[in-house]
Formats: sequence, structure tokens, C-alpha cells
Amino acid sequence: MDSYQPVIGMEIHVELKTKSKMFCGCQNDPFYAPKPNIYTCPVCLGLPGALPIANKKAIEWTIKLGLALNCRINTLSKFDRKHYFYPDLPKGYQISQYDLPFCFDGYLETSYGKVRIRRIHLEEDTGKLIHKRLPTGEDVSLIDFNRSGVPLIEIVTEPDIKSASQAKEYAKNLYQVIRYLDISDCDMEKGGMRLEANISIKSQNDDELPNYKVELKNINSFRFLEKAIDYEIERQKRILKEGKTPVQETRGYNAEKNITYSQRKKEEAADYRYFPDPDIPPIRISESWLSEIKKTLPEGLEEVFSRWQKDYQLKKEIVQLLFETYKEKEFLDELFSFAKNQEVKVEKLVNYLVHKKSRDLFETDKKMIIDDYKKASTVSFLDEEKLKEIIKKVLKENQKAVLDYKKGKTSAINFLFGQVVKEAKTRLDFNQVSLMIKKLIT
Amino acid sequence: MKLNQLTLKKAIELLDKKEISLDEIYQDIFKVISEKNKILNVYLSIDNHSLEKAKSQKEKPLKGLPIAVKDNFLTIGLPTTASSKVLEGFMSPYESTVTKRLKENGGVVIGKTNMDAWAHGSSTETSDYGPTLNPRNPKYLPGGSSGGSAAAVASDMAIASIGSETAGSIRQPASWCGVVGLKPTYGRVSRYGVIAMGSSLDSPGPITKTVEDAAIILNYIAGDDKNDGTTSKKPVLDYTKNLKKGVKNLKIGICYLDHPKIKNTQAAEAVKKAGKIFEDLGAKVDFILSSQHLQKNKILTHEYAISVYTIVQRGEVSSNLARYDGIRYGNDRSFFGHEAKNRIILGVFTLSNQAKNQEELVYVYAQKVRHLYVKNFQDLFSKYDLLISPTSPSYALPVGATSGDPMFGELQDMLVEPSSLAGICGISVPCFYDEKTNLYLGLNIMGDYFQEEKILQAAFAFEEATNYNSWIKK
Repeated sequence: MDSYQPVIGMEIHVELKTKSKMFCGCQNDPFYAPKPNIYTCPVCLGLPGALPIANKKAIEWTIKLGLALNCRINTLSKFDRKHYFYPDLPKGYQISQYDLPFCFDGYLETSYGKVRIRRIHLEEDTGKLIHKRLPTGEDVSLIDFNRSGVPLIEIVTEPDIKSASQAKEYAKNLYQVIRYLDISDCDMEKGGMRLEANISIKSQNDDELPNYKVELKNINSFRFLEKAIDYEIERQKRILKEGKTPVQETRGYNAEKNITYSQRKKEEAADYRYFPDPDIPPIRISESWLSEIKKTLPEGLEEVFSRWQKDYQLKKEIVQLLFETYKEKEFLDELFSFAKNQEVKVEKLVNYLVHKKSRDLFETDKKMIIDDYKKASTVSFLDEEKLKEIIKKVLKENQKAVLDYKKGKTSAINFLFGQVVKEAKTRLDFNQVSLMIKKLIT
Repeated sequence: MKLNQLTLKKAIELLDKKEISLDEIYQDIFKVISEKNKILNVYLSIDNHSLEKAKSQKEKPLKGLPIAVKDNFLTIGLPTTASSKVLEGFMSPYESTVTKRLKENGGVVIGKTNMDAWAHGSSTETSDYGPTLNPRNPKYLPGGSSGGSAAAVASDMAIASIGSETAGSIRQPASWCGVVGLKPTYGRVSRYGVIAMGSSLDSPGPITKTVEDAAIILNYIAGDDKNDGTTSKKPVLDYTKNLKKGVKNLKIGICYLDHPKIKNTQAAEAVKKAGKIFEDLGAKVDFILSSQHLQKNKILTHEYAISVYTIVQRGEVSSNLARYDGIRYGNDRSFFGHEAKNRIILGVFTLSNQAKNQEELVYVYAQKVRHLYVKNFQDLFSKYDLLISPTSPSYALPVGATSGDPMFGELQDMLVEPSSLAGICGISVPCFYDEKTNLYLGLNIMGDYFQEEKILQAAFAFEEATNYNSWIKK
């Protein structure tokens, strides 16, 4: 085995932001609840005799995501019970989907190639365990059921991902699509989006999948995902080079030390005793329902970017910094055509808006935005020589940023521009200044 | 006559006419409870404030009359244990749909009745609080699992009662106690707030003194429930309206009498006679042969039904009882009784990867076989309006009969299991009486999905034409 090839598949959980929970009418707002256990009822507490009623909106959103990810939709779907014991799971089983998920056979593009999506299914989140020491010194475990029963989707890929950077790009693209559809906030800090990667390594020429896999869990940022996978690839390579096989297990990631560590050995597949939940009748997704859902599907992100490129010469890398949801996209569409009518160059307007980083852009009147822009873009007169001097000074004082730029970190230019503006104490034209900076650096 | 002996219908009438008062009824009810409950062990808990509650319900259709409720229905104000020590002292924070609807219509839950623990059984002998005795003859069992509810009615400790049936748990104790028990179509009455046993089978229903009483109760508890996704949106009829329509020109098929275990029993004789009575009332009656295989015009015997039922029900039981994990509720898992442990272990097995029929989960395979029963009944109901059979192969069995026989319930319920698996409705009415033991046999009248009206009409006609109902003096 001289040449190694990482084989990576991802499982990503995302909490949907429907108004109510997955199987009851309780408010779905676990992160901002003022107190524990206030958004609860017999159903999400798993009380005796309580029965689940599936949230139609959550089903529609799952299918919507499936359509956005080029999935096929099962015309007949159902919920299944997945059994395991844990104190935050009050029924002793989680309502999930086993063999008939709502969506299957899709893909998401990355710059390294397509990542096939095996399935997207819908399930319920668990409660949250809190381990703490009381003022009395007693150690206790407390359960907060505000999160119990929150709709949770799981997006599972085929093992198509070949590198840590591709995994990161896949996760970021997925995040972008979900945020764009406005079906989840994907708050990774709080656990609203959870990343898991299954990693193994095979020989380049080997067609078969390796006979082991390591599951990486508890990663709460795209950056850590990349780092953790990179670490894991190196670790496994080392083991394989010694002629051994890495242990099949679940590993966590320690960001401080930048290492992965063993959490749980997984020798056999767990027996969750899945069976169709008799409390929830099977769900038929009719042609007409599906076409209703399709109608709510916004213009695809890639189409948006290429349309804007064509109409306004906007670069995807820049304009994507400006918005996340399709509602915001619609706002921009209106703003851009308004700007065009006002004979404002949209490309410049976008640059201006990206740098301004206005928080309430989407609540601002469009005419006001354009007026502000016009004011700001009347750049104060600055002697070109004087400007050159200022730039030289800034470059001298910010050697690291210059170096970064030379290494290919193009965003360093934004930082340098900011420093120049600070020094000049006046508004400046970004394009003009960045062109000068580039000239002076090279 | 003591007022606790009134039927629901009669009590409503007399209260309407103000010929009697709630005070008098409750006085007689509490008197018999104080005399007999200790011996018969019918009630696990009793609401001592029920009379006060009743008085505020006078204007409602059920007039504040006392109704006994099986202890697996969650009720605010009275403990709910399903006769298991695991739930000892559990006070529910919410009300089951059935008891909520009863209360909204003027019913008062006078007490919670004993049952087989978690409804696992057909005798009440698996109750963690001891068996209930048959009020008709205390040397005998009342049947189960709704044995307490059937006994409450038979002993006049309630005007009517509520039970639940997974396979036979309403009809069999009704048969043994000489009362009327109606198992509605699956999905006709909400399961919300009923401690789940076999979720794909559980059907709550009334246990009453007369057929008309069953119709009255069904009127108030049936119907779509936004909290139970398996309830039907079909409109609820007024089941009392056409109750006297009779059976003229109905086609009735008699089932299971050729089965070796039934042939030559008194139960078979009684059902044959019932067939004659229906014929005299104008119905067209014939015998349906049993078959071990799915065959047109024949009824599938119970052999597969027992296997299918055991796999499906145990699987669901193991899942439904997982929530009693020792973290919540009264007592930990060591308080599960022998029967519950048996069922959990078997159920865990039927759902596990270890239990596969070729590539298929045994539970899923069993569901497919279950569908054969659905097809069988569909075929038969395309030719017959009603099917009749004995409810139970025998009279009530003596106390202690069930110990050491884990399949006791299944053998007891073999005649009702196929219809439970199919989810159709059925009603048991007394159809024979043994003077020597004071015990009864029941006639099981089965109808197609949502044909509650038709089975009630037939049961009513039978009750009118015979003399087996101890509350109707002719």
C-alpha cells in the first residue's frame, strides 16, 4: 500500500425551526427558553398513554431540502421506533425513520466533485442532560426536556468525500442551502447543526471499501471539522503503515490540543430494534402534495449566482457574503433592479454593502440604501501621491497581512484597505485603493 | 329494587323525571362497594367525592352517573397504575380522551378498576394487587384484562364501565361476568391517555349491563381525536337511534363451531341456538367452515392468529414499556411482574436482528400474515353482514387456573384474536346461563369496520328475544 486514499462519509443533523415540535404542539425554541422544562407536554415528556402526531410542516421542509439536494422522494414513507436507553430519551425509543426515509439518492456539488446523498430522514431530538454541582456540594444530573421532540433531520452521504477540505466544503455548502431555504438556523455552537464524519483509508487502487471505519463526533465548527479529519487521516495512515488496522470506534475531537480521542468502541452494529411506529399511520406523498411543496421551493442558489453574474457581473464569492435566506435573496433582487434603474453599478454597490456589513440591511428602505451608497461613493479628493504614501506606510506596518496576501489569502486585501481608510481618515474607493495596493505589493 | 341495579338508560330516565335523586343512587352504589369491594377486589381506587362532582353534572346527558374505569386510563384526581407496582401512586397530569369525553358529557369516574397488570392477561390474576373475583360466583375468575370493569358492572358497583381490548380483553370478561362488552373498530375510540399495550390493536370500549347502555356510552366516547393519529375521521352515528331495527334479511355466518376445541362444547351449542333465534327474527343464517389456509368463503382458524398476535403484541409491549426505565414514576424495573418480564423479553427478541424470517424482521413478517386475516374478513363481509361465534370457549375458569401457563390468555382469546388482528368491531352479549354455577356464556357478534351500529342492532335484537340478561326481567 503505497498510496493512500481517505474514504469519508458524513452524517449531519440539523434541527428544523418549525413553530411547534415534531410530534406535539409544544413551542420549538429550545435555545432561547427562559427556563428548563417549560416547553413540554405529555407527548414530549413521554408520559404513559401519550401519542405522537406528526408535524406536517417539518415533513414538507424535509422534502423541500431533499428537492434542493436533487433527491428522489419516497411516495410512501413512515416513522419507525429506534430503541435505546438514555436518560434524555423519555420513551426508551426515538421516533425516527428506518427503511423509508422521505428523501434518497441526491447529491450536492463541491469544487472537488459531486457528493452523493444517500438519504435524508426526519426524527425527533432528545432532551438535554445537565451535570452539575449544587450549592450543597451534591453532584446531580438534570434533564431539560425543552429540546425533547424538536424536529431533527439527518442528511447522510455516500462515502464520496476524499479529503478534509472537501468535507469542510460539503458541510459549508449544505449549511448554505439549509440557511437559504430558511428551515433551520444551523447554530453549531448550540447544537442546532451537528457534524459527524466516518473516516477510513484505503489503498488508491482498491475498489472495495475498507473493513473498518472511525466515527468522528462532537465537532462544532467547519474549521474543526477540517482539522479533525486531517488529524484522523494522519493517525490512521500511521497505523496502516505499521501493517495494523485502525480500531472501529467513535472518536471525539479536542480543539485545544487538536487531536482526536477514543470515546466508544463499536465492535458490532447496535441492535436498535427498529419497527414501524404503530401510533403514526404511514405517510403517502401524493403527486399533488409534492407539487405543492415544489411550488414553495425558491430559485436554486447556483442559478441565482449565475443569473447575477450574467446580469450584474457579480462574483459568487463576494455576493454570497451578503445574504443567507431566500427572503434576503428576494430583497437583493429587488434592490439590484432598483439600483440599476437608478443607474447605480450593482457590482460596486455590492462591494460597498459587503464592507459596510450593515446588520439591518434587510430592514432598510431600498431608496435609503441607494442614497447612502451614493453619498459614500463620492470619494473625498485625495492626491494620488498622498494616497500612495499612506498605502506604503500601511504596508510597512502590516507585514503579516502582506505576507498572507502573497500566500494567496485574498481577503487580506480587505484588511489592508480598512487600514488605509483609517489612516486617510476619509472614505475611499475600494477598487481604486485595492488596485494600488496590489501594484505596490508585487 | 336498589338503585345501583339500574341500567344506565333507566337511571337517566328516572333522573330526568326526577323520580330518583343522585344522592339515592350514590348511596346504594357506595353501600354495595363497602359490602363487596374488599371481597371481590374490583376497585383499586375510589373517588369519595364523586357524589359532589355528580351534582354539578345533572344537566348533562349522562346526568352525573357513576362510571367505573379500567386503571389503564389516565385520570386526573385518581391514581393510574395499570395494576402494576411500577406505577404505584402515579397521579397523571392529564386526562385520557375517553374519560375526558365522559366527564364532559356528565359521566363521573367513581373509581378505577383492577385489571391484569399492563393488561397482560385474560384473568386479572396477573394484577400486582391480587385477582378480582367473579361477582356471579367468587370461586371463579372474572376474565380479563378488563376483569375489574366487567365485575364492577356485574356486581352493580357502577352503572356502567369502560374497558379496553387488545384481543378479547373487553369481550371475554363481559362473557364470563354475564354482561355486555363492546370492542369498537380500531380507531373508532381514541387511545390517547390509555397506557399502551399493543398499540396497533388497543381499542377502548364500554362494558355495560345492556346493549342499549353500550350504545349510549359509545355515542359519547367515539370519534376522531386530534391527539390520536390512528382515530378515524368517519362521523359518529347516534348508535341508539336505530337500535331496534332488528336483523331482518341480514346475512349472518356462524364461525368456528367445527373447530375441534369448540365442537361439542356448551359454547358451540349456545351459539347454534343463537343462530336459530336470529333465523326466527328474519335473518339468513348459515355455517362457515374453518380453514387453516386462506380460502374463499371459509374462516381462517386461530392457529396463525395466535402466533401473529404473540409476535406483534409482545414486540409492541417491549417497546411501550421501555419508558418505565426506573428514572421516572413510582418504582423501578424490579417491580415488573413475572408476566410483564416474560412479554418484554419475548418482545425484545421479536424486534431484534436475531429474529429474522429470511431477510425480514419477524415483526414485519407477522404483520404480513396479519393481513391475511384482514383479507379473510373482507371476503366474508362481502357476503355476510355479521359473523357470530362463542366469545370464549368456556365458562369462567376457577380462581388459580392461569398460573404457570404463559399462553393461557392466547388460548382463552383464540376466538377473538383473528377479529382483533383485523381491527373489526365485535360485541359480546350473554347467550347462556348455568344455574348450578350462576355463570354465563357470551355470544360474539362481529361486524365489518365501523359497523358498530349493525352489531348493536343485532345484539339488541338478541337481548330482546332471549332471557339471559340479568337486568332485563321478562
